Amino acid sequence: MHMDHGATSSGTLAGVGMSRRQLLSGTAAVAIVPAFTSILSHRAEGKMTTLSTPQATFAELQVNGRQHQLALDSRTSLLDVLRENLHLTGTKKGCDHGQCGACTVLVGGRRVLSCLTLAASVREPVTTIEGLRDAKGGLHPMQQAFIDHDAFQCGYCTPGQILSAVACVHEGHADTPDSIREYMSGNLCRCAAYPNIVAAVQQAKPEMTNV
Amino acid sequence: MYPFDYQRIDTQQALSAAQQDQRGQTGKQTSYLAGGTTLLDLMKLGTLAPAVVLDINGLAHDYGDISWSGDELKLGALVRMSAAADHQHVRTDFPVIAQSLELAASPQIRNMASLGGNVLQRTRCNYFRQPGWSACNKRQPGSGCAAIEGVNRKHAILGVSDHCIAAYPGDFAQALIALDASVDILGANGTRTIGFDQLHLTPGTEPERETILLPGELITAFHVPTGPWTKRSLYLKIRDRESYEFALVSAAVAMHLEDNAIKDVRIALGGVATKPWRAREAERQLIGNRPGLPAFEAASKIAFAGAITRPGNRYKAELGQQTLTRALLQLTEMEI
Repeated sequence: MHMDHGATSSGTLAGVGMSRRQLLSGTAAVAIVPAFTSILSHRAEGKMTTLSTPQATFAELQVNGRQHQLALDSRTSLLDVLRENLHLTGTKKGCDHGQCGACTVLVGGRRVLSCLTLAASVREPVTTIEGLRDAKGGLHPMQQAFIDHDAFQCGYCTPGQILSAVACVHEGHADTPDSIREYMSGNLCRCAAYPNIVAAVQQAKPEMTNV
Repeated sequence: MYPFDYQRIDTQQALSAAQQDQRGQTGKQTSYLAGGTTLLDLMKLGTLAPAVVLDINGLAHDYGDISWSGDELKLGALVRMSAAADHQHVRTDFPVIAQSLELAASPQIRNMASLGGNVLQRTRCNYFRQPGWSACNKRQPGSGCAAIEGVNRKHAILGVSDHCIAAYPGDFAQALIALDASVDILGANGTRTIGFDQLHLTPGTEPERETILLPGELITAFHVPTGPWTKRSLYLKIRDRESYEFALVSAAVAMHLEDNAIKDVRIALGGVATKPWRAREAERQLIGNRPGLPAFEAASKIAFAGAITRPGNRYKAELGQQTLTRALLQLTEMEI
């Protein structure tokens, strides 16, 4: 059996038009959650071995200001919840092993890798690329700077680059091109738009006083 | 990834109960989750498959602080790498610690990874990481070591055995062992404190045993004593690319210089050994001597005298000596 993602989250579709992805995912089970058999049953047996049965867990997430309550397989990463359950597909899956930075999001304002974060373990508000725009729906200065400087080619790493760049500025690590390069090193760009990314961060930094 | 039961441990009572549960467990059936940057990676690969994952991040109010008394720096095990690297006293009074942290991993990983988890990170040996390789004594005791005859360019040359040559990959641990840090370990019977140099084990005949930690035991804090060498300290890391890469060779060094004589010196070597590695013979060679290239080259030679190399990693003995010599030269030139 599976539990529909829409039944356990609130407001995920608000403000988002029907996309090709949602049409496709409408026919596929994206969050397989088994019946809630006793989560702790195997512990009573004393000796523990590798489990073969999926284990269910709950997650309460605040993403871009919206609250979600989700029933999940305990293995679910924050990245997969964002993309598959909440349909926030701006966050990209690259390596899925914490090596490329494509999945970078902000948790509690700090940049982290959503692929190596268990969704159930998240305790602070999450900001994704979809949550960066200002109240009027305008682009964040960093988004505009990436456009102005052509800081991408294929664009796949770009949401992670932008969130990492926003954090880089807030951390105070964007003072020099060298510092920007060092503190953006966790975000790989296979199109090698690196010089343009550095230029974009330099442009956005002074414009980010209030955001 | 294999299924697991996820539980949050938010109170000391819950931790204590969980530790009682794990007493006498054999094998790695329960794992603590802090930053998860090693654990989740290896679980996705199928290298690790704990049945229970205990999320201890809720214990940050107990183990998430940095304190500084003048005599001692105390680092809670749930402090994140980035927080320790940015801490004012760590930066000014223990530069080797700050540098070892900020030269490691990426900003995202440093925001996630805890200090306790950092010292317990697993080797980057591909034969260990990928269960598709059949031979790895560390992953599957008795199955052999594919690295000894295989691709071993990044493997260890110090502390190796016929059963394992996997390199200990961490940086922060080198700073801790160089500065004679100690570590608090909480278990079912209370807390014990040991020297950091006692925590990790060389592979010997049991590469699967990497530390002296017993099932359920949890690192809760590190203590680093202040000395006349702690301010004059640095971390030099040599790697295949400038950033976001593990060390091929690294040196954590600290020195007490007085009247142009070496009163005391601390040397640890990363990237080249199977565990955090203190080069005590090289230190003894230097103490009482004048600093300078001849003394540093002689000490560096001693530091690598016991190296056992393979065709793939033979370069590490030479690179290691040059790295250590350069680190010591930079150390004497530091203005403090």
